[in-house]
Amino acid sequence: MASMLELPTNTGPIADPMIPAPYRIERIKRETHDTFTLDLMPADGVGMTSFAPGQFNMVYVFGVGEVPISISSDAQNCPALEHTTRVVGAVTKAMGALKRGDLIGVRGPFGSCWPVAEEAGRDFLIVAGGIGLAPLRPALYDLMKQREKYRKIVLLYGARTPEDILYRHELERWRGKFDLEIQVTVDRGASGWRGNVGVVTTLVGRAPFDPSNTVALVCGPEVMMRFAVMELQKRGVVPRRIFLSMERNMKCAVGFCGHCQYGPTFICKDGPVFRFDQIEPIFGKAEI
Amino acid sequence: MIQSLEPIIRQHTFFKGLDERYIQFIVSCARNVRFDERQYIFREGDPAERFYFIREGLVSVELMVPHKGPTTLQTVGEGDVLGWSWLAPPYRWHFDARTLQKTMALDFDGKCLREKCEEDHDLGYEILKRFANVVTERLDAARLQLLDLYGIHA
Repeated sequence: MASMLELPTNTGPIADPMIPAPYRIERIKRETHDTFTLDLMPADGVGMTSFAPGQFNMVYVFGVGEVPISISSDAQNCPALEHTTRVVGAVTKAMGALKRGDLIGVRGPFGSCWPVAEEAGRDFLIVAGGIGLAPLRPALYDLMKQREKYRKIVLLYGARTPEDILYRHELERWRGKFDLEIQVTVDRGASGWRGNVGVVTTLVGRAPFDPSNTVALVCGPEVMMRFAVMELQKRGVVPRRIFLSMERNMKCAVGFCGHCQYGPTFICKDGPVFRFDQIEPIFGKAEI
Repeated sequence: MIQSLEPIIRQHTFFKGLDERYIQFIVSCARNVRFDERQYIFREGDPAERFYFIREGLVSVELMVPHKGPTTLQTVGEGDVLGWSWLAPPYRWHFDARTLQKTMALDFDGKCLREKCEEDHDLGYEILKRFANVVTERLDAARLQLLDLYGIHA
């Protein structure tokens, strides 16, 4: 298998990766009925650690536990660290009950990132499902900040229902730009919904991009990503230009504990963003 | 000026690789159609004698559910094929198809093509292969929708 070290990883050294730094909650924004975004600022007044699109932090609710959450803010203009998450377990439930001004622990950033600067001159196709839009949002910010460096930029986003669409106002604003194509689809329409209905992978076939010169960034449930990869390959996008953000049970975030082992790699250290040809032999294998 | 449909049909991925002798016949079965927003293209239970290639716009494939009203199962858009009930008995539409936007499409006489396929099984095989792909894709998509991928327990 090819080396896993080709994608850029941390943008700067972390003093001690196992010690959380205290951050203060500046704002809690309810995105949908079960997702929210925390805006965090360092509580000790020290500057925030820089990060790259696709990386994640370990976010610690004191006395409850720690969870990995991808960073969803603009990496180049980041007044506060934003983390969007969904209430799925004890830690995120406790996190959702926190208030502005409360303290929270942050370790990171960790992991590899989306290859945005490295792929100038190409079309970018971003395929996101559900909360998978959050780790892709910083990549979109970066792409749009240097729009002239890229060709077509297409975002295909799938959500469960119209009420579950993440960053709705931002999507509406981006859609108004003439240099960004956005297609949103929902699995279940509702009365009044006049957009696409169906899984996000069905949009790949009719999306406007040049497969021979396209970089695809994909994030969402693993089943969705499997079908997205199939559709991308059907269109002619080569495996070395498909990038996926993988997810496993991450605990230490530095490759010590082995909880997030994925074949010969650790998601926390070698991922979460992988180039598809590097994981192709193990991707979708039930035993991995 | 009337534009020939031949280049459009020839370039459509659906007919890619189809023998030249069949292209002309298929062109002769096709016509351009336009639908207004919220216009029904076909209704459940009506005779199914046509199929469509969507050139522009968006179409909702839906089912009338008692106490709920029309429920969209999927949408089809530019480049997609709409309708295969003309291929299998009893040749009646199983769902409604209604435009969500102004829509332009190629409308094919499925009944005429079906009769031609009965006469020429080579053509029949080519057409069925292509529709089998469409049906497979739609079945995959429907199965994924059933999984509720973004649900909390997914």
